[in-house]
Amino acid sequence: MTYPIGKFLLIFCFGVLPIMGILLGLRGPAARRQGPIVLAFLAGVIPIISLFIPKLFLADSESGMSPRLDAYLIIVAGFALPLGIVNVIQNNSKRAMRREKGWFYAVVLLFGLFATAAVGLYGAISGEGIGFRPDGSSTPFKWIEDNAFRPLQATMFALLAFFMASAAFRAFRARNTEATILLVAGLIVMTGRVPLLELLASPFPALQPAAASASAWFGKLTEWIMNVPNSAAQSGIIIGAALGAAAMAIRVILGIERSYLGLEKGE
Amino acid sequence: MRFAAALFLLALCLAAAVPLAAQPATAIPSPGPLPVPTAFVAKDRPGDGGKAVLLTWKDPAGLPPGVALEVRRAEPPAYEWTSLALVPAGTEEYVDATAKDDKVYRYELRAAATTDSSLAAVSPMAPDSTAGADTTAAGVATPAPGGPPIYGAAVVSEPVRSHDNWFRAERTNSFITTILFTALILGSIQFARMGKPLYIRRIAGLNAVDEAIGRATELGRKVLFIPGIASVSDIQTVASLAILGHVARASARYGTDLDCANRDPLTYVSARETVRSAYLAEGRPDLFREEMVNYVTYDQFAYTAAVSGRMVRERPAANFLIGHFFAESLIMAETGQSTGAIQIAGTADPSQLPFFVAACDYTLIGEELYAAGAYLSREPVLLGSIRGQDIGKALLLLFGLIGIVAATMGNDWFARVLHTQ
Repeated sequence: MTYPIGKFLLIFCFGVLPIMGILLGLRGPAARRQGPIVLAFLAGVIPIISLFIPKLFLADSESGMSPRLDAYLIIVAGFALPLGIVNVIQNNSKRAMRREKGWFYAVVLLFGLFATAAVGLYGAISGEGIGFRPDGSSTPFKWIEDNAFRPLQATMFALLAFFMASAAFRAFRARNTEATILLVAGLIVMTGRVPLLELLASPFPALQPAAASASAWFGKLTEWIMNVPNSAAQSGIIIGAALGAAAMAIRVILGIERSYLGLEKGE
Repeated sequence: MRFAAALFLLALCLAAAVPLAAQPATAIPSPGPLPVPTAFVAKDRPGDGGKAVLLTWKDPAGLPPGVALEVRRAEPPAYEWTSLALVPAGTEEYVDATAKDDKVYRYELRAAATTDSSLAAVSPMAPDSTAGADTTAAGVATPAPGGPPIYGAAVVSEPVRSHDNWFRAERTNSFITTILFTALILGSIQFARMGKPLYIRRIAGLNAVDEAIGRATELGRKVLFIPGIASVSDIQTVASLAILGHVARASARYGTDLDCANRDPLTYVSARETVRSAYLAEGRPDLFREEMVNYVTYDQFAYTAAVSGRMVRERPAANFLIGHFFAESLIMAETGQSTGAIQIAGTADPSQLPFFVAACDYTLIGEELYAAGAYLSREPVLLGSIRGQDIGKALLLLFGLIGIVAATMGNDWFARVLHTQ
């Protein structure tokens, strides 16, 4: 019967304690500032303890306090999403009504939001289905997804190729020593990763063995660049970031770091 | 009567003569018994969350090839043995992961000679039988090809019960490291509280925060803050919100318009509270508007399109791209770059850093992102924790170097000590 202990402790920490605080009149600005810090402490300490104490009420994959906290996050997100949708409707309605700059886009957004929601809700309520009808044919919701949403999504993703070219052009300008090293390394890696030399030598059969040999050499050099200097730099960044994240977590859990709540020293 | 008695005797002689005639000239020794495993112990698997029993034993000497060990389990007092697995010789360990907590079990172990060639895999056993036996050169019984297995004598364990434990022993190294690192951070904070001077290296990206907001104020344009696309459960988002708090305070001080576009609903709710608290703390709640912190959409590229469009149409003077980003990082950073805005980016993800370095004016790399809240606040206590973090990094480097030297010299002790599970 270890299962209920974790559940009751979570309900006590994240339900009973805050409600008791409100009922006891702890509603002043100071209590409102301390409340999130206390909750952050509890939410931060439980997963850390469960990492080292494998007791079922703490760490069991189904009923433990730590996995339950993750599950509760989904519930909280479920409540947060309607707030977001209300915010989208409010902001864009205001923009359209005030005829602010770009108001037409707000109208398009609201039309898309309501039209998609309407066909989706109709499919769900009528029993027709959201994506597919019982006979396997596509619903209007699916039609919007396939013919408007996905192509637009793919278009945005495809833009990445052009932005990558413009960013590379800027990054590879040899303005100083570091940029020159970057340029040389970039050229070697590109040459090693694509059969550029073979392509250039293809009209000249006499040059093809030399091109293949040079390409293989560039391939080896590319592997070395990726596995040694690049990997070392990435490891350095990852180790530094991991320590930084751990230090920040300690500050947040202990209530030392409060700037994420918009608060600073003494507040 | 005499004739009948003579016939009976003749029949008896014939019956006895047939097996005698089949007897070979040299006698083959009778099949020897399979050896018995020793030191068989069943106990709760230490340091786990329960639901597992660990069985250990010593393989008997002279165990011929092809002979495995069968593990069986019974629940007292019935003692109806259920076969669990056939363990290849040399394993000397088996974890019964099907055990239920607080239920008493007894285990039995016996050598089993089978014709099954797939002993590498632990497999359930066939029913008990000793028929169809043959003999090996060593004189130990093995079953005939295709025949049922034969078994040696069994050893039975003491009653055992599985339960959850109070400490995960295999994570002792992580536990000690966590305690030491926490002590180091708290010690450094205490050091800072005593008023001792601290040297914290200059971080250009963070020094430029006020400059960027000041520029937006001078130009009369807004500041755009993108807290990444991850949820608030991501530590990078928490770090981003810490910077948002400072940006919002500066915006409130200067009366600059702030626009924080969100992709995750939880991040949106948290960011709204952060900005509201910052304006309240600066004594300018009148300047706070709900639309300053706004929700856009949950879809990655729809969000990217909306933010890029906002950058082009509304031309914010300063863009902050701080948090956890994926493929959208370069699209947003390049769009912002094309509008001429001063751009400060920050992420701990090495795969997105090159894009930000190429497209933004300042980039907070890895740990700088996490240090930002403390650095910007200029609170000695928080700065002390950065010092502790730096000492931790130096110690880790030292351990790394010692480990490299030890491994190069063929000693893997250090690597084993630092191995985490």
